[in-house]
Amino acid sequence: MIEARNIEKSFGGHHVLKNASCLFEKGKTNLIIGQSGSGKTVLMKCLVGLFEVDKGKIFYDDRDFTTMNFEQRKTLRREIGMLFQGGALFDSMNVEQNVMFPLNMFTTKSLKEKQERVNFVLHRVNLENVNSLMPSELSGGMRKRVAIARAIAMNPQYLFCDEPNSGLDPQTSGVIDHLIREITQEYNITTIVNTHDMNSVLSIGDRVVFILNGELWWKGNMETILHTDNPELNKFVFGTELTSRLKQ
Amino acid sequence: MLKVFTTTGKYVMLMKRVFTRPQKRVIFTNQLLTEINNLGVDSLGIVAFISMFMGAVVAIQTAYNIDNPLIPMSMVGFTTRQSIILEFSPTVISLILAGKVGSRIASEIGTMRVTEQIDALEIMGVNSANYLIFPKIIASILINPVLIIFSMWLGILGGWIAMTASGLVSTNDFVRGIRVDFEGYTIFYALTKTVVFAFIISSVSGFFGYETKGGALEVGQASTKAVVFSSVIIILFNLILTQLLLT
Ligand SMILES: Nc1ncnc2c1ncn2[C@@H]1O[C@H](COP(=O)(O)OP(=O)(O)OP(=O)(O)O)[C@@H](O)[C@H]1O
Ligand SMILES: [Mg+2]
Repeated sequence: MIEARNIEKSFGGHHVLKNASCLFEKGKTNLIIGQSGSGKTVLMKCLVGLFEVDKGKIFYDDRDFTTMNFEQRKTLRREIGMLFQGGALFDSMNVEQNVMFPLNMFTTKSLKEKQERVNFVLHRVNLENVNSLMPSELSGGMRKRVAIARAIAMNPQYLFCDEPNSGLDPQTSGVIDHLIREITQEYNITTIVNTHDMNSVLSIGDRVVFILNGELWWKGNMETILHTDNPELNKFVFGTELTSRLKQ
Repeated sequence: MLKVFTTTGKYVMLMKRVFTRPQKRVIFTNQLLTEINNLGVDSLGIVAFISMFMGAVVAIQTAYNIDNPLIPMSMVGFTTRQSIILEFSPTVISLILAGKVGSRIASEIGTMRVTEQIDALEIMGVNSANYLIFPKIIASILINPVLIIFSMWLGILGGWIAMTASGLVSTNDFVRGIRVDFEGYTIFYALTKTVVFAFIISSVSGFFGYETKGGALEVGQASTKAVVFSSVIIILFNLILTQLLLT
């Protein structure tokens, strides 16, 4: 469980997050949705500490993240896996070295154990025989999957995904979405996903929060989102040609 | 002016994070060897080429400028040796390395910044500044003196080849000149400069790479800044160190 209490964040004079409070549950895929530029990435980066919040508190299962020092955060971060918008694979390393990286850094496992773990997580994301490929030799969808494999290699308690399916075709997006949800339920992880893809919302949105210009505007799930009478949310949900026609 | 202070402040803060104990010794050793290869061994060719030719040019110019029969021709060997050891190898070659190695470091780290690879390291709980910059600084400090000594040898060799090939100075005279009044201290002076310059090149370029914001365009700008600033700082420190060590 991760909780944000009244967090505020601005850059210079630009007030991006306004008094945002939110609870993200364990074993559920918690979605943050909103228009481009509404502050989703900033919110996520505040939660993991890549940005410092100006005000407010963040709790990881009752551990106050905001008051932790650098070392304590480093320790907590071993329980965090994060999938970045572009994958953020290390391009000087091949797939196996990428996935093995956190294991090399933080465990004392033997090479054989580490290789087994790497193959296990790669198998988990449906990737076989790619161990020796370099990131530049992978397709977008494969990169995302390798990045997921790397994020779950250490058995994280918390998983953050920033737009896991941006730039992917609808089918591959679906595969990645379901993968994230399965892993979340299987290992009982607290998962937070940023997206503006309504397909994802409807297929994996156990919990959904909608942010508008840095404010938490609406909370619900994949069922309730279709029947809301919140005008701003409706505009977002039924904003495309396809969805608005379907509604009619 | 204010910007100079804030940038220096940021640089110092970053160096504080760089100079900490690496997470894992084995990983650090591997990185160090890779960097020695990338930053040092890869530069051997250009260093050799420039040193040979510059050595030759220094010797030829000196030889042509001696028209007084009272000055012995061994003077050419002496002058070549002094200019190469005191100034050419440690300073000029360091400036060349600032261009070659500095832009490489800044663009490598800058690319990692804009593609969120540095964020990925931080999220894993890795001190990214230490992980990325420390091995490069140590590698430069270890390998640059080797490159510079190599450059000194080749510079003098280049001078000798030019003299014997053109018949301006005999091998005997040239070698005698090289041996005249040799002081070990000049080598100490040259290597001290080299080590300081190596630190400047790697840390300043690492800094500009690490502080990159934006995209591919900014990576290019960061690498230009890295080269310009390390060169300027090298020139300033060259003056300061020369004042301190030679007077
Ligand atoms: N490092 C930064 N410095 C200054 N402003 C920033 C920074 N990062 C984000 N912002 C601003 O914060 C606002 C929210 O940006 P954010 O990246 O969170 O949007 P987003 O909801 O993730 O959009 P998208 O769906 O396009 O990824 C934007 O107006 C952006 O200009
Ligand atoms: Mg975003």
